[in-house]
Amino acid sequence: MTENDKVSLWSTGFFRGLFGFVIGFLIGVFLVTTVRLILGLEPWNPDTFGFTEGAWVLGAIFGVVGFVLASGVVDDWLKWINGEQTPEHPQDQHSSGWARYFSASYDHKVIGIQYGVTAWVVLGVAGLFAMIFRTELLAPEMQFLQFNTYNTIMSLHGIVMIGGMLLGVAAMSNYLVPLMIGANDMAFPRLNAFAYWINVPAIIVLLSSLLLGGFDTGWTGYPPLSARAPLGMQMFFWGVFFIGVSSILGGLNVIVTTVRMRTKGMNYFRMPIFVWTAFATAIISLTATQLIGLAFQMVSFERLFGMSFFNPAGGGDPILFQHLFWFYSHPAVYVFVLTGLGVISELLPVFSRKPLFGYRWVALSSLGIALVGFLVWAHHMFTSGMAAYLRVPFMYSTLLVAVPTGIKFFSWVGTLWEGKLSFETPMLFVLGAISIFLLGGLSGPPNGVVSTDLYLQDTYWIVGHFHATMFGGFLFPFIAAIYYWFPKITGRMYNEKLGKLHFFLMLPAFYVQSLGQMQVGLLGMRRRIADYDPTLGIQNSQILVTIAGFVIFTALIIAVSNWVYSAVKGPKAVANPWRSRSPEFQLASPIPVHNYDEQVEVVGEPYDYGLEGSAYVNIDKERYCPTELSEDLSAAPAAAD
Amino acid sequence: MKHLIFAGILVVIVAAALIVGLDYVQLFPSPASTQAEPIDSMFNLEFKIIAFLFALIIVLMLYSIIFFRRKKGDTSDAKHIEGNTKLEVFWTLIPLATVLFLAYLGGQSLAETLRQDPRPVRIEAIGQQWSWRFQYPESGVISNELVMPIDKQAEIELRSSDVIHSFWVPEFRVKQDALPGGEKFARNILITPTREGEYSVLCAELCGELHSYMVAPVRVVSQDAYLDWLSEKSGVPNDPVVRGELWAERFGCTSCHSVDGVKIVGPTWQGIYESERLLTDGTSVIADLEYLKESIIDPNVKIVDGFPQGVMPPNFGQELTVDQIADIIEYIKTLK
Repeated sequence: MTENDKVSLWSTGFFRGLFGFVIGFLIGVFLVTTVRLILGLEPWNPDTFGFTEGAWVLGAIFGVVGFVLASGVVDDWLKWINGEQTPEHPQDQHSSGWARYFSASYDHKVIGIQYGVTAWVVLGVAGLFAMIFRTELLAPEMQFLQFNTYNTIMSLHGIVMIGGMLLGVAAMSNYLVPLMIGANDMAFPRLNAFAYWINVPAIIVLLSSLLLGGFDTGWTGYPPLSARAPLGMQMFFWGVFFIGVSSILGGLNVIVTTVRMRTKGMNYFRMPIFVWTAFATAIISLTATQLIGLAFQMVSFERLFGMSFFNPAGGGDPILFQHLFWFYSHPAVYVFVLTGLGVISELLPVFSRKPLFGYRWVALSSLGIALVGFLVWAHHMFTSGMAAYLRVPFMYSTLLVAVPTGIKFFSWVGTLWEGKLSFETPMLFVLGAISIFLLGGLSGPPNGVVSTDLYLQDTYWIVGHFHATMFGGFLFPFIAAIYYWFPKITGRMYNEKLGKLHFFLMLPAFYVQSLGQMQVGLLGMRRRIADYDPTLGIQNSQILVTIAGFVIFTALIIAVSNWVYSAVKGPKAVANPWRSRSPEFQLASPIPVHNYDEQVEVVGEPYDYGLEGSAYVNIDKERYCPTELSEDLSAAPAAAD
Repeated sequence: MKHLIFAGILVVIVAAALIVGLDYVQLFPSPASTQAEPIDSMFNLEFKIIAFLFALIIVLMLYSIIFFRRKKGDTSDAKHIEGNTKLEVFWTLIPLATVLFLAYLGGQSLAETLRQDPRPVRIEAIGQQWSWRFQYPESGVISNELVMPIDKQAEIELRSSDVIHSFWVPEFRVKQDALPGGEKFARNILITPTREGEYSVLCAELCGELHSYMVAPVRVVSQDAYLDWLSEKSGVPNDPVVRGELWAERFGCTSCHSVDGVKIVGPTWQGIYESERLLTDGTSVIADLEYLKESIIDPNVKIVDGFPQGVMPPNFGQELTVDQIADIIEYIKTLK
């Protein structure tokens, strides 16, 4: 009898959390409504679905708190507050099976998987939204969507994708960083669990906006429009707020882990390159996220308490919002892509059998991008009416980001050049990522130059630019990472043929989508419009872009099916199918619960492929020979042929 | 080394093909303003740089994918090349110089779009959910259609009545947000149309439900056609003398100043231009342009002998625009 047979739904953290969410929500609504009654204010509001806006907001906030409390993820902290001791390495409530992943676990690998699976669910929801409104855009005039529905779904597509990307970044960082530095967990395992779980109710709040009137501002939420938008706007603000809390805490954890828990011999320039990018990303997450929380909170208070931060009639300034918002939201895009670029740098040496070219330069370029990324935000505001002269320094800083980014590209080419390349699915996605990120990155300078941005701002060219940078810098690398680490995570191998099918569907489709979006933008199509002028002559491009979107969605369904099926029924994998030097690949597959039994020592450079007799970590000597090949060739594609 | 040379040649060929190919596709709607010139020049340069860099990386990648494959059965590693500091410095400094130069050129092109003519046509564009209104303050015309004279710079003051909108005519290239909050948040955009025709102003900042349809017609016409349109819409004549007569009547001048020699309250205007005037302080002046202007704006400085002080309103300088005063003087000049 496996543990699964004995598990009841209601004992898992997720379902208890849902229950706690409802209780918390009701308490919040009750509190506000009662206080309003006592103060002689109108306690109900038929325009906002019965409860007043304040009641809904406090209900949402208490719902998040209720979820977190009921899920069990803060149990240890509550015990400490109460003066009780807790075990140093607590056992998970459920030690295996699906229930383990639906409950609070302090194991960074479980949390990484929780983040990863949630990421794909969230990306899928956001993708569905895109499929819906892209279908509407197939032809001029409105076919089946109301304007407010279109605006809501389009806005949610943006913010839910962002949420999904943050989850994916956290999945990779939390799963990989401890393993890569030879540690047995993150510095703060309970904080790690908390940072994961707060996302769940936050996303529920965010998606509830659909049922509460929606919102029509795009994910950027500019006032005055957002100050007068329907109730759904508040659910958007507070959902994002709590997703931001997760980001901040996750960043803190990665930084402390990287600084304090590197194993013996692992100085900073002997860390796997992925850890550098996770570290640079974490610095941004930790320090910039507060600004979007602040900006959204200020609009929320404008609505709730009649404050006038951004309302000119009350002495406020709408441009201030944009400064506050973009101060986070620009560095945020580097949160999305730096980790992905780290995956590219991490995988290329393995599949080229050659060192990462210019490792130190690549490592420092991540910090360079993170730093310069803080100095460019107003390039999103060139037409906003901000101080006109101030646009010029921001143009300089924006173009400057191309320098550390270029260093990465040249390094990648340098790694490939005269290597011995093989093209398993992870490598295909890495190569695809480079070409797409190149397209996206190169479409940046016209936006960074103020005069040309006057034309491009708010057109579909911008949509093309950021989709290419996001797919190339995050999505393709995230997919590569899943294929690559799949055997270590699950102990089984995915189906390589389906992997290749996924790639050869998704890459061309994405090029069609990207180039189509950029083309219609240049011809004069604005962004965020539900309907376009038929005389622009862009309907054919619209059809192609929509079809491309559907192909990408289909390819991803194939991929997710491949992963789910293979995780349960795939052939058993060997420890090191890719013959990687990285520490985690010297462990068994799947990775043992406590990672490294004995302390790992770093005895060489991470990427010394081609250096005879060299090793990176001292567990190499026992396991770093490919005599462990199984009979099943699909288990070791890179080594056996 | 031979790989590098061969690949290098391919890079040059592909880059050249892309750059030449760019000249054969029309990516943008045809430009129709002087501000479009520096912008389109920048685009031209930017796209050429993009074509080169795209070719550089992609060709080298594809070359590697084709020529540097791992052979079946070969489990050995490739050459142990860790890096090349000279190369790193090179491909840091060259891009740095390039982006700084691009930024410099960008700044120059921006300055060109902001170059202000001495006397632009003043138009106000007010956005509101979900329509545009265009006001011509000097003629009092209010229109839902933006009519502009060709080859004359228009300074369009942008405002919003509610949320943030944005003013964009793709053929003119430039764009600027229209902000709520009155004068403090008004922003100007300079456009000098160079091609007669019909265009559209598109709202370019998501402003709610009907953002997609917040579009207004633009007509660029000859300068004469523009003046005709203004006078037709406003009921105000084209001719400054005719206008001057209109203002003189509308603002009450002719209630006190006759045009036919009769004395009412103030001196008659008949024949006063360039005539000699005897003042109450005993001095004499010639009623030239400066005198006429001063007499309208600051009436109590010089009083003609036989006429009272402090009767004519002293605030016509605020009530009348500079152009209206000029029109009145043009009218006075014709009275003989």
